[in-house]
Amino acid sequence: MSEHHHGHGDDHGHHHDNHLTDMEARVKALETVLTEKGLIDPAAIDAIVDAYETKVGPRNGARVVAKAWSDPGFADWLKRDATAAIASLGFTGRQGEHMRAVFNTSETHNLIVCTLCSCYPWAVLGLPPVWYKAPPYRSRAVIDPRGVLAEFGLELSAEKKVRVWDSTAELRYLVVPERPEGTDGFGEDALAELVTRDSMIGTGLALSPEDVR
Amino acid sequence: MNGPHDLGGQHGMGPIAPERNEPIFHAEWEKRALGITLSCGAFGAWTLDESRHARESLAPATYLSASYYEIWTRALETLLKRHGFVTQAELDAGHMLDKGREPKRVLTADMVAGVLAKGGPCDRPVEAPPRIAAGDSVRTKNFNPESHTRLPRYARARTGMVEAVQGSFVFPDDNAHGKGENPQWLYMVVFDAGEIWGEGADPTLTVSIDAWESYLEHA
Repeated sequence: MSEHHHGHGDDHGHHHDNHLTDMEARVKALETVLTEKGLIDPAAIDAIVDAYETKVGPRNGARVVAKAWSDPGFADWLKRDATAAIASLGFTGRQGEHMRAVFNTSETHNLIVCTLCSCYPWAVLGLPPVWYKAPPYRSRAVIDPRGVLAEFGLELSAEKKVRVWDSTAELRYLVVPERPEGTDGFGEDALAELVTRDSMIGTGLALSPEDVR
Repeated sequence: MNGPHDLGGQHGMGPIAPERNEPIFHAEWEKRALGITLSCGAFGAWTLDESRHARESLAPATYLSASYYEIWTRALETLLKRHGFVTQAELDAGHMLDKGREPKRVLTADMVAGVLAKGGPCDRPVEAPPRIAAGDSVRTKNFNPESHTRLPRYARARTGMVEAVQGSFVFPDDNAHGKGENPQWLYMVVFDAGEIWGEGADPTLTVSIDAWESYLEHA
């Protein structure tokens, strides 16, 4: 169990052996009490988990980006009214009610964070990764984004502007990465394969065709 | 509140340590914690803003050493007790002792798809026109309320530029405390890193926040 990352580096010393056991017991007690009271439906919990395991995830966002790369009219709509443009592809709902798409360019790289909690565009990216919700990323993204990106293996040129979007309200941000070179003539399915989750947070770039061959 | 959650710009939190091929969940209890949290949210007994405030009100040492699903679970216990749905004695016993309060609705499996697809929009109409326009220079408020706010410490008493009017939204500083939604205009405000971090700031960096109108004055 101790190899699991639960939001922190391994140097904090709180990954004692019974940590998960404590939480297992705590959550089990909570679920039992609530179920006995008829306040929750365990089958509803299964349905929620299934939705985020199989339906709502970063492949949704990849479809949005691939369409924006392929269709200038859609890209323009996404810039003006991301909520409606994204909804037109069937992606709506919880933590995607109010969307904004921000486009990387040759001059500017965009990075999304929520310094105050864990706001993340669930409707297009699914549930956030542990690191996104943890203190290292939340503390550093706004003061040292280049250092953060370097830890993801992304070194930006010194001239590139960096824009960090702190999700302090109910707007949820999606980064549209730059379309990779060598993708002329690619259809939306092939393009979507190049769009990683991290490229839509801004902690990565879209893959090049060579990366997926 | 100046709680442990307000992390922007703090030092010493360590490496990001992104996990390669990270699974969606790291343990079964995380799945249950997600589902229970969303199910209880569907009671309609508290707002998302009150939930956030319950999370940031955890003791700092607890908050900073907990995973996010643990933060959710601990805050949910607080909310359930505060609103009369469970007691600490029940949580300790792991069983119901008294029926407790009835919620407005219980989320059942057949409702899940619809509830997730609908979400919880927070935009609300405001009668007065926006006081601030795109392109205006603004200064953020300097305050340190013990109550909930979404103006991070690093962005208080700073001068920036409004890039866009984002619409009008529920005001979390009130809504978190049962004082009503009291919607306000919301603005995207961008700051040069030098204005926020001063000496040594990255000259290529700008940081933006979404700020409610009462956080802002014309500069």
